[in-house]
Amino acid sequence: MMASKITEQEVKHVAELAKLEFPQAELEQFTTQLGSIIDMFEEIANEDTDGVEPMTNATDRVNAMREDKAVKASPEETAALLKNAPDAADGYIRVPVIIDESEDGE
Amino acid sequence: MDFYQTDLSQLHDDLVNKKISATELTRETLDHIKGNDDQVKAFLTLDEEGAMKQAQAVDEAGISADQLLAGIPLAVKDNILTKGLRTTAASKMLENFTPVYDATVVEKLKQAGYVNVGKTNLDEFAMGSSTENSAFFTTHNPWDLTRVPGGSSGGSAAAVAAGDVLGALGTDTGGSIRMPASFNGIVGMKPTYGRVSRWGIIAFGSSFDQVGWLTRSVKDNAYLTALIAGNDEHDTTSSLKEVPDWAAQLNDSTSIKGLKIAVPKEYYDGLRADVKAVIKAALDHLESLGATVDEVSLPHTHDGVPAYYILASSEASSNLQRYDGIRYGYRAPEAKNLEEVYVKSRSQGFGDEVKRRIMLGTFSLSAGFYDAYFNKAAKVRRLISDDFTKVFKDYDLIVGATGASTAFKIGAEIDDPKTMYMNDVLTVPVNMAGLPAMSLPAGFSAEDGMPVGLQLIGKPFDEQTIYNTGYVFEQTTDFHQKTPQLGGQN
Repeated sequence: MMASKITEQEVKHVAELAKLEFPQAELEQFTTQLGSIIDMFEEIANEDTDGVEPMTNATDRVNAMREDKAVKASPEETAALLKNAPDAADGYIRVPVIIDESEDGE
Repeated sequence: MDFYQTDLSQLHDDLVNKKISATELTRETLDHIKGNDDQVKAFLTLDEEGAMKQAQAVDEAGISADQLLAGIPLAVKDNILTKGLRTTAASKMLENFTPVYDATVVEKLKQAGYVNVGKTNLDEFAMGSSTENSAFFTTHNPWDLTRVPGGSSGGSAAAVAAGDVLGALGTDTGGSIRMPASFNGIVGMKPTYGRVSRWGIIAFGSSFDQVGWLTRSVKDNAYLTALIAGNDEHDTTSSLKEVPDWAAQLNDSTSIKGLKIAVPKEYYDGLRADVKAVIKAALDHLESLGATVDEVSLPHTHDGVPAYYILASSEASSNLQRYDGIRYGYRAPEAKNLEEVYVKSRSQGFGDEVKRRIMLGTFSLSAGFYDAYFNKAAKVRRLISDDFTKVFKDYDLIVGATGASTAFKIGAEIDDPKTMYMNDVLTVPVNMAGLPAMSLPAGFSAEDGMPVGLQLIGKPFDEQTIYNTGYVFEQTTDFHQKTPQLGGQN
């Protein structure tokens, strides 16, 4: 089935926004699948919603306030948090170099 | 031991009267699970050591008559944080993630002295209807191992159906408690949105997610749900309303005489014939118990699946932005710069269904499409919610099927996302409106012998009417007493 609602280019664009990437074969499959699901989304297009207020939650709360008080994590909690980091050293999370020095203008 | 012939209060009495110790009970529970879980595969993590420690602590402290939950083995869906115990959401992204705090619901259970035997399987990040989207393995339905247990709380449902535990925690964003309950012939309750704190639940669709229990009996469910419910300062959407003692109302004098039941034709007309026959008999039975049963219409029901998948995917795409490969979770080893850390970690760490939802959500929220998709769906959500409000002006309870079919075969729908999504047609409208709803055993299909679930939908915060009706139905039928014969045909 050919997808009518979304093109491969658009899927690529959405993937960029979502910080995802797909190899070419998967891209084609995703385009077909997403197109078919977006076709289904179209089923609500003809519903008369003039003057209808959008509903984005179902809570009975209007607002919830609390005292603005800082709570400090214990060293044990900090250590446990760092244990979950993919790469950590000396109490810090380590990441790959993010500044390309060759483009450093200093 | 299995938990087929007992319930919470019976087990509690046995523990208080020292017919069995918490340590013995936990040992036997773990042995039972180890005897069947290579077939059922309900558990992602079996916490033998932790469970035995908890049981020993309970035995040492002693169990008093008012501690109904002390020493009772239960299970927890693996998208609910358990401090110090690996919590994966069935995703490669969180394969090695160990929470540093407990979800509020887990903290409450700990205070009550429960014994957590382990973490149950689910569709990755609770996105799916079969557990086939788990990054690790598929759970099998104990009634027929070639079939799915439903999802996303499929591991919890299968564990209860296999007699592993009396109850297991689940989450329900679009039917993820009720649908597996229906597929496994057990009780599954999604409380009113805001009834139970979502703190420590791995977020999927924050305006839909709600925690609840899968149990063998209605009364156990009422007791356990009350125990985890109530306001929590960590979840600003959790309600300030008082939590009634629902279970206390369930006894020999519970009656549904004069109860006004509405049956939406949309929850009845399109059912598969064998499911329809079971639901028809269940409705007749409710009528014979003194309820009035009228046909009504919820005219926007068919909009539920498209509107839900737009809104829930949009919320998911936002919630899942946090998985960036930096602070916790999977990081692609070959990533050379920041952009690659993000893109490669997410592309390798997430499974296909999660990526599909992120893509659908990002698309629905993106410039040029927001009005046609997200905003339109939010308006349709209002129409669906208003449908329920109108019916509840004249009726106490809405009753219909939980699913249009019974548990399907493993592999039958996994390559066709749209067909998979349509399984949720009778469950998602409830989440759109934030209502409480329960699935309970209504009988068995004459065609495939699989369990069929009856769905009871209540007014906001009126879990009591649901529990009363479910209790009376259960006490006057014997479907809940039937148990699967693992390893053989039913």
